[in-house]
Amino acid sequence: MPKLTINGTEVTVDAGKTVLQACEQIGIEIPRFCYHDRLQIAGNCRMCLVEMEKSPKPIASCAMPVNEGMVIRTNTPKVKKARNGVMEFLLINHPLDCPICDQGGECDLQDQAMAYGLDRSRYTEHKRAVPDKDLGPLVETHMTRCIHCTRCIRFATDIAGVEELGTMGRGEHMEIGTYVEKALTSELSGNMIDLCPVGALNSKPYAYTARTWELVRTETIDVHDAVGSNINVNARGREVMRVLPRLNEDINEEWISDKTRFAYDGLRRGRLDQPYVRKNGKLVPATWKEALTAVAGAITGAGGGSVAAIAGDLACVESMTALKDLFDQIGSPHRDCRQDGAKLDPSVRAGYVFNTTIAGIEEADVCLLVGTNPRWEAALVNARLRKRYLRGGFLVFSIGPRLDLTFPVETLGAGPETLEGIAAGGHPFVEALSAAKRPMMILGQGALARADGSAILAAAWRIAVTCRLVRDGWNGFNVLHTAAARVGGLDIGFVPGKGGLDVGGILDGASAGKTKVVYLLGADEIDMRRLGSAFVIYQGHHGDAGANRADVILPGAAYTEKPATYVNTEGRVQQTKRVVFPPGEAREDWSIVRALSEAVGARLPYDNLSELRQRIERAHPHLAERDVAPKAAWGSFGHEGRMDQTPFRSPIDDFYMTNAICRASETMAACSALYVGNAESKTGTHG
Amino acid sequence: MSALVNVVRSMFLTELLSGMALTFKYMFRERKTLNYPHEKGSLSPRFRGEHALRRYPNGEERCIACKLCEAVCPALAITIESEPRDDGSRRTTRYDIDMTKCIYCGLCQEACPVDAIVEGPNFEFATETREELYYDKAKLLANGDRWESEIAANLAADAKYR
Repeated sequence: MPKLTINGTEVTVDAGKTVLQACEQIGIEIPRFCYHDRLQIAGNCRMCLVEMEKSPKPIASCAMPVNEGMVIRTNTPKVKKARNGVMEFLLINHPLDCPICDQGGECDLQDQAMAYGLDRSRYTEHKRAVPDKDLGPLVETHMTRCIHCTRCIRFATDIAGVEELGTMGRGEHMEIGTYVEKALTSELSGNMIDLCPVGALNSKPYAYTARTWELVRTETIDVHDAVGSNINVNARGREVMRVLPRLNEDINEEWISDKTRFAYDGLRRGRLDQPYVRKNGKLVPATWKEALTAVAGAITGAGGGSVAAIAGDLACVESMTALKDLFDQIGSPHRDCRQDGAKLDPSVRAGYVFNTTIAGIEEADVCLLVGTNPRWEAALVNARLRKRYLRGGFLVFSIGPRLDLTFPVETLGAGPETLEGIAAGGHPFVEALSAAKRPMMILGQGALARADGSAILAAAWRIAVTCRLVRDGWNGFNVLHTAAARVGGLDIGFVPGKGGLDVGGILDGASAGKTKVVYLLGADEIDMRRLGSAFVIYQGHHGDAGANRADVILPGAAYTEKPATYVNTEGRVQQTKRVVFPPGEAREDWSIVRALSEAVGARLPYDNLSELRQRIERAHPHLAERDVAPKAAWGSFGHEGRMDQTPFRSPIDDFYMTNAICRASETMAACSALYVGNAESKTGTHG
Repeated sequence: MSALVNVVRSMFLTELLSGMALTFKYMFRERKTLNYPHEKGSLSPRFRGEHALRRYPNGEERCIACKLCEAVCPALAITIESEPRDDGSRRTTRYDIDMTKCIYCGLCQEACPVDAIVEGPNFEFATETREELYYDKAKLLANGDRWESEIAANLAADAKYR
């Protein structure tokens, strides 16, 4: 390990590190624009200049590898003068529009100009102006502000895996752009906004609506997919103004998907802000008392055996526990949290979580994707797979539709027959999987949410055993969920009790008239037509499909409005925090169920959130451990059976429209129309 | 002896006469009292009176919704909301000043990068109700239009000291 001297302090760093990293190690901050920990080194902004002994000129510390015996100085007048010069050059063409720039207040250039800038310009010639590029509905550009650090280009090329940005021209004529004007097609494009050290790339939906200093920041987690990305929600007053990523090396590093970042405007639109009761076929606003009385009347009238509950994709552990307890009290075993009908086995935890963990992907060497499109189902898992691919020595195979996952994937087959072939041991791929040191398999909901899902799960289990996916200190069997509520629901047993019906059974019962009351806990993605003439109670936060069909609507809180527990696809327990209060009469979801229990006459034994959480932790001790992905014990799961030969397909047809919040969001609608929808098929007559 | 002097003074009303003499003297001096509101005193170009939002000579409002005045206001009297206007420029959709909170410190006009919000020379804006002192954007722009010539002259007069 090379030893070098920085400002008279001796420091030993790992070989291959740069001088800038060595300086950071002993707490010396070096100004920089182009350098970023997670991107390749470019060395083109020249802001990180430091003085090195025996070098006639200052060196760019971000691009200089450490060497034995280097003597570095970062605080000499020469360094200061060099950086002042670089800053003056950068500011020559940078417009003086900080007052109208959304980056103002959190701008690297602004901050560093305070330390290294002159208080006035010596430049009297014309400043250059660059035409703005249209990069789609998410990223707004002000290219005149660009200082050509190329962070966005390196992010698009390396992390996002879409080679869509580049530089054109040289010197003063250099421009960043897509060459042929087009929208960025990455589902991670919003991260470029955070990376841009100046205001050249800004958030389009957030444009000009708030300044950084007005925002109240709350650290919470995201529920738009099952990854559980750590986010920082910025609110002003009662409105969520934007969502930013929060560093968590184990889950999302410092990226978030565009859905997580931009779907927040859905939180303001189409909200249920008061209870409704259907009278003469029309939903009429009602008081909480009327609504709860109507629900209690329906439930007691129908009796325990013909009441059923379905939990949706955004339900929290607390509300599901309360509802489960209520259903236990009224004697109904019919409940399910798998609204897509996925045949997940709740008895063995290792059989329904992402055992390898997201960070563990970086250790794998072979990966088999079964019926999943991680790019849309969990964009950050896909980003991690790409990160692993870029390191080299990583092979990815897929059973399912052909996909562009931003890294090469070899498609082995389309459906269960290939899976059965591998499970039986006759397929040539078995050798590759068995020979691998750290093999992993990702089983998607596209493979499980079908009638033969249980048999497919059993076949996957056989592959895991025969190809030794589970070995010492390594578990390569992974289920990738799409719903934030799913693992939590399975953990607390929000599944059919003894003799209970699952989602399919509940819907069949409802259309046959046997199930008389159906309680939808934010479940919008089921086929509402199959509910027949059942009395439907919808508890949720958006006026979506469920609320449309409901006979009584109980307005709940969205994920930014309640402290709630969610378990991500790895089985990691995380909690959201309240950023703003729910609108109008809406209440936290667990308290609605608690109030209902009193109306039904089956009072639940907890009066506040901490009592409810204590009850959850007593019943399920592993849920008490937060922010860790506990190792699940391996077991046997799935039921052998006949497999249907229809090919696997991803459960997500439209990345931007997966839940009620996204469907209420204008930004997501614009993205959906542009990237997924029928934008191309429109003709001139569409106006 | 002093007692005798006091007796003589009080007998001849000398104190009264000297007082009357002073009063009489003021009758020939220049008058300081103004016949307000028909007469008004002079104001410094730096006088900080009623707020106004100015426009450019072509009629375009100056304010760009940077919110620096809102941030600097020590009395939290200013409330601004903004969004992109149809032509893509940054503009306010709401610019409120609560004149009952305002302490007339002038920090807002100091912070303004485009000289949009200014405290003009008008100090006669007393109202009958409290609500009339909650100024909105239309009122402030109207103030700007009404006082533009005076404000511009004041700014020009003060410019060389900045």
